[in-house]
Amino acid sequence: MRRTPMQSALLYLAALAVALFTTAPLIWLALMSVSAPSDLTEVPLRWIPSKIDFSRYQALFDLESGAGERFLSAMRNSVLVAGAATALALLIAVPAAYSFSRRRAPMVLLFAFLATIMMPPITYVLPLYTAFSGLGLLNSKVTLVIVYTAMLLPFAIWLMKANIDVLPVEVEQAAFMEGASTSFTLRVVVLPLALPAIAATAMLSFLVAWDEFFYALIFTNDLTAKTLPVAIADFAAGRVTDYGVIASVGVMATLPPALLAICFQKFIVSGLVAGSVKG
Amino acid sequence: MLGRRQIREKWMLLVPAMAVLGVITLVPLVNTLWLSFTDARITAIVTPVKLIGLENYVYALTDPDFQEALWRTLYFTVVSVGLEVALGISIALLLNQEFRGRTLLRALIILPWAVPTIVNAVAWRLIYHPDYGALNSLLFQLGFISSYQSWIGSTQLALNMVILADVWKNFPLVVYVALAALQTVPGELLKAAAIEGAGPWKRFRAITLPWIAGPLLVVIVLRTIEAFRVFDIVYVMTGGGPADSTKTASFYVYQEYFNYLRSGSGASYAVLVAGISAVLILAYYAAARRQDQGSRA
Repeated sequence: MRRTPMQSALLYLAALAVALFTTAPLIWLALMSVSAPSDLTEVPLRWIPSKIDFSRYQALFDLESGAGERFLSAMRNSVLVAGAATALALLIAVPAAYSFSRRRAPMVLLFAFLATIMMPPITYVLPLYTAFSGLGLLNSKVTLVIVYTAMLLPFAIWLMKANIDVLPVEVEQAAFMEGASTSFTLRVVVLPLALPAIAATAMLSFLVAWDEFFYALIFTNDLTAKTLPVAIADFAAGRVTDYGVIASVGVMATLPPALLAICFQKFIVSGLVAGSVKG
Repeated sequence: MLGRRQIREKWMLLVPAMAVLGVITLVPLVNTLWLSFTDARITAIVTPVKLIGLENYVYALTDPDFQEALWRTLYFTVVSVGLEVALGISIALLLNQEFRGRTLLRALIILPWAVPTIVNAVAWRLIYHPDYGALNSLLFQLGFISSYQSWIGSTQLALNMVILADVWKNFPLVVYVALAALQTVPGELLKAAAIEGAGPWKRFRAITLPWIAGPLLVVIVLRTIEAFRVFDIVYVMTGGGPADSTKTASFYVYQEYFNYLRSGSGASYAVLVAGISAVLILAYYAAARRQDQGSRA
């Protein structure tokens, strides 16, 4: 069907509106982070910075500045916690997924696993808080890694199971015929074939852990364990007079997930769609 | 057929996952349930805890503030998910057309999804700033408002402004699910309907919408479950204010626990919230199952 010029114009207008709606808040965040403080308090606003000012980014990467110390330690904590939880979750998820896929483990159990992450965290948080406090494990990265592993596991098992389901079963059977153990077959036969799926699952898991705020807010209270989301909430709650500082921290926290999402878009989108739709 | 060794292995492979999930989710859940029947408080020194039966529940169910928080959460959930779905389907329909720049636009849509929840909350808080915010400046310069507004400082507006920020972050998921579903709608069917004289709206209602309804329903229920437990964005944007006008159910329980230190009473609220979530989760499985059977048939 050919479009009339009128229809074409409307189509491109709609596309432009969507593009603006999607990017405007981010572009503004980036602009704020490089505007002079005085530009940001003009009424009405000066949209285009009078000069580009990178000083806030310099401060963020300077351990000696107060903001830099808070930002860099939070960045380090976030990378360590999200990375360790992702690795641990996959280590546990792959065997479990194999059991669901190839050993006919009851699917009801997988649904029960998935139900645990659908529950509001508020239903778990107090007993966890009491227990970690009793063990002297509050304000520790280890605590966050344990909790995040549990949070990532169900989705990781689910995605890995869907992916192992479609791998050819013949090679595994041949390996078993030759007398190979399950752990050997898993490591040598299944793992290499499932590598793309593992990479996709790891990426989505990392992003979920990177985003987590609620547990981090309650379980951490200083630089040793506070993650980026908590640090950002602190920056925003503090009496910062320069909004550009908050904006620059926001930009830095958004860059890693945004780059991953753009570079591995196909991977991520298919994982998201599969994860939310397939039953 | 599974041999005996393989049956044993089936469970061995699951043990680590069951152990982690059992300790971090099942045990706390049972513990919260138990706490909800007690008068426990969060104290520095260990104090004896007394079972008080249903007292907490009687209080919770007759607490007008909690009821208001539940209605507010319901409003937040229905409006945000509704807007996400309307926006998601419209944008997916747009992206399903051929036009120059489509690939780029499709790629851009993932950006809001990638922005961390807290960054999203902070960014919109700055945008809504009563004195120096971008929204005020933009609307003022375009002539839509004659004076600056206090967007999240007003009890009438605050919840809706939080919803707008939440919709901006979460609409991409609906776009991608709807788009994937749209690509399975048979083009011949649409063409045949067009030849029969069905207009675009009629074709959408009669063919496209029923075709994508299954996956859409699943993502709607999933988003409903997530929206219902909203906490992070409220914590950062408004702290539940002004005058409790954005205090959602999760936020209510959080305050009962960590501001008023009433763990027993807080647990009863938490159990009620969990009960509502459980109903939604069952709805999710029903929808997902229907969808799965539909796609296999």
